[in-house]
Amino acid sequence: MADPMRIRVTLQDDVADVKVLIFHPMETGLRKDPISGEIVPLHFIKHVQATHNGKTVLDAQWSQAVSRNPFLNFRVRGAKAGDKIAITWQDNRGESATIEARAG
Amino acid sequence: MYASDPMRRNPLYAATALIFLIACAPGHATPEQDRDELVRFFEQRFPDVPLDEYIHGALMLSEDAKSQYDSIMEFPPFQGDIDRGERLWKRPFANGKTFADCFPDGGRNVAGKYPYYDADTDRVVTFEMAINRCLRKNGEAEFPYGDKETMGVLTAYARTLSDGMRIDVRVDSPAAQRKYRAGRDFYYRRIGQLNLACASCHVDQAGRYFRDELLSPGLGQPAHFPVFRGGEHLNTLHMRYQRCMEAMRAVPFAAGSEELNNLEYFHTYISNGLPLKASVYRK
Amino acid sequence: MTAAHPVRRRFLRNCGTLVVMALAPLRALAAQWNKAAFDARAIDESLKQIGATSLAESDQILLKAPEIAENGAIVPLEITSRIPDTRTVYILVEKNPQPLAASFDFADGIEPFIATRIKMNESSKLRIVVKAGEKFYGVVREVKVTIGGCGA
Repeated sequence: MADPMRIRVTLQDDVADVKVLIFHPMETGLRKDPISGEIVPLHFIKHVQATHNGKTVLDAQWSQAVSRNPFLNFRVRGAKAGDKIAITWQDNRGESATIEARAG
Repeated sequence: MYASDPMRRNPLYAATALIFLIACAPGHATPEQDRDELVRFFEQRFPDVPLDEYIHGALMLSEDAKSQYDSIMEFPPFQGDIDRGERLWKRPFANGKTFADCFPDGGRNVAGKYPYYDADTDRVVTFEMAINRCLRKNGEAEFPYGDKETMGVLTAYARTLSDGMRIDVRVDSPAAQRKYRAGRDFYYRRIGQLNLACASCHVDQAGRYFRDELLSPGLGQPAHFPVFRGGEHLNTLHMRYQRCMEAMRAVPFAAGSEELNNLEYFHTYISNGLPLKASVYRK
Repeated sequence: MTAAHPVRRRFLRNCGTLVVMALAPLRALAAQWNKAAFDARAIDESLKQIGATSLAESDQILLKAPEIAENGAIVPLEITSRIPDTRTVYILVEKNPQPLAASFDFADGIEPFIATRIKMNESSKLRIVVKAGEKFYGVVREVKVTIGGCGA
C-alpha cells in the first residue's frame, strides 16, 4: 500500500527546511475518466496544517488548483535536532492523514 | 555522379573512390563513425552545451524549463510509482530469489550495458528483456512490455540503480552490426502520413520549434527513461517511441518488438559515454 | 494497450488508502475554509472575498515562477515575502475557473516562505497577494502555458 505522504526535514543552523509530498488525486471535478468516460468527482485537499513540537506554524487552505500529489516546502525557525514536525491534511470528503518527522 | 573518365584511366583512383564509398556511404559507416558524426553535428549546432547535458533533452536549451525540472525532481510527484517499483524489485519470487539475484552487483550499474546483441538467439536484448528472462528463469510469469504497472514501475526503480553509469553499448560483430543497422535505418526512414523520420525532428530540426514544442536532440534521449510526462504518466522508452510514431501518423510497433529493440540498440549506442539518469520528469 | 486497466486499479487502491486514513482524527483543522473566496469565478470577486479590496504592488514579494510553464498541471512556485509582519500568502491565477488556488497562514516561528506546485488552465496572470498586518500587497507575473505539441 502506498504511503499517504512523504516528508524530508533538513536542519540548517536553527532553521528546519521541511519538504512534504502528499499522495492525493486532487481531482478538479472537470476531468473525464479515460475508461468510463464519466466525470471524475471533485476530490481535493482543503486544509493542511503543520506543527512544530505541537505548536501550529502553518495553516493552509487549498483548492483543486493545487497539483495532483501536492508538494509543500516551508521553513521553521528556532528548530533543533530532535524537534517534532507534523503535517496533517484533510480533504473535501473528510478524509485525512498525518505524518511526523524529527528534525536533524 | 562521379565522372567515369578518371576512374577508367587510373586504377588507383578508382580503388580510392571505392574505399571512400565503402567508408562513407549511408549504412556502411561503422557505428563509431555514426556516433562521431552525430556528436560533431550536435556540437556544431549547440556549441555551448557540454555533452553530458544532452541527457536533459530539450531542457538543456532552456534555463526556464530546466529550473522547473530541478524543482519538480526535488520531490517528484511520481515518487509513489518508483516506491512501488522498489517493492516489486525486492519482492521474493516463489523460489525465494529476487531480481537482484539475476544481475551482477544486485543490479547496480548494469543498465548502461543494454541493449546488447545476444548471438545465441540472434536478437538484441534490452534491459526489459533481461527482466523477463530473470522472471522466466525463476519460474515466474513474464511482464508485458507495455504494462506500466509491472514492467513500467519496476524499471522506473531498477534503472535508477544505474544512475550515473555511463552508457556502454557494444556492437562488436557483423551480426550485431546488422541489428544496429536495422535500428539505424528505422531512425532515418520517413514513415507515416506526415512523412517524418525520427531524425527529421531529433537530428535535422533538433533545437528548433515544432509548433510550441522545442525539439530535443536524439543524442542522450535513451539515458533518462522511464519518463513521467506531466508529472504522473509513466512512459518507458518503447511507449515513448509509440507516441512518437502516432504523432508521425504511423501505426506504432509493439513495445518489446524486434523493430523497437533494434531502434533502441542504435539510439542507445549513439549516446555511448553519457550518464544514465532514470525516471525523470518531462513535459 | 494495457495502460487503461492499471490506471483504474491504482485509482481504486488509492481510494482504499484514503478510506483507512479517514479514521485519523483531525479536529485541529476545523478552521473555516473560505468558501466564498475559493468559489469566486472572477479575480475581482476573489480579491474582495479575501479582503484585499485595495492592493499595493510590492517589490518585497519575491516570486520564482516559470515564464513558460512546461506543463500547466504542475507549475512550481516559490514565494518569499520580505514584508514585515507577513501573515498570509495567497496564490491566484486570473484565468483559472476559480482564481484563488491556495492560501497559507504563517504563525510565529516560520519563515515567510512557501514553495508548492499549482495547476494553470491556460496562459494567465499569476497574482501573489501578501497580507501583512492588516494591509494587502501584491505582485503579478504573466505565465505562459503551452499545449504539449506532441501529446495534444
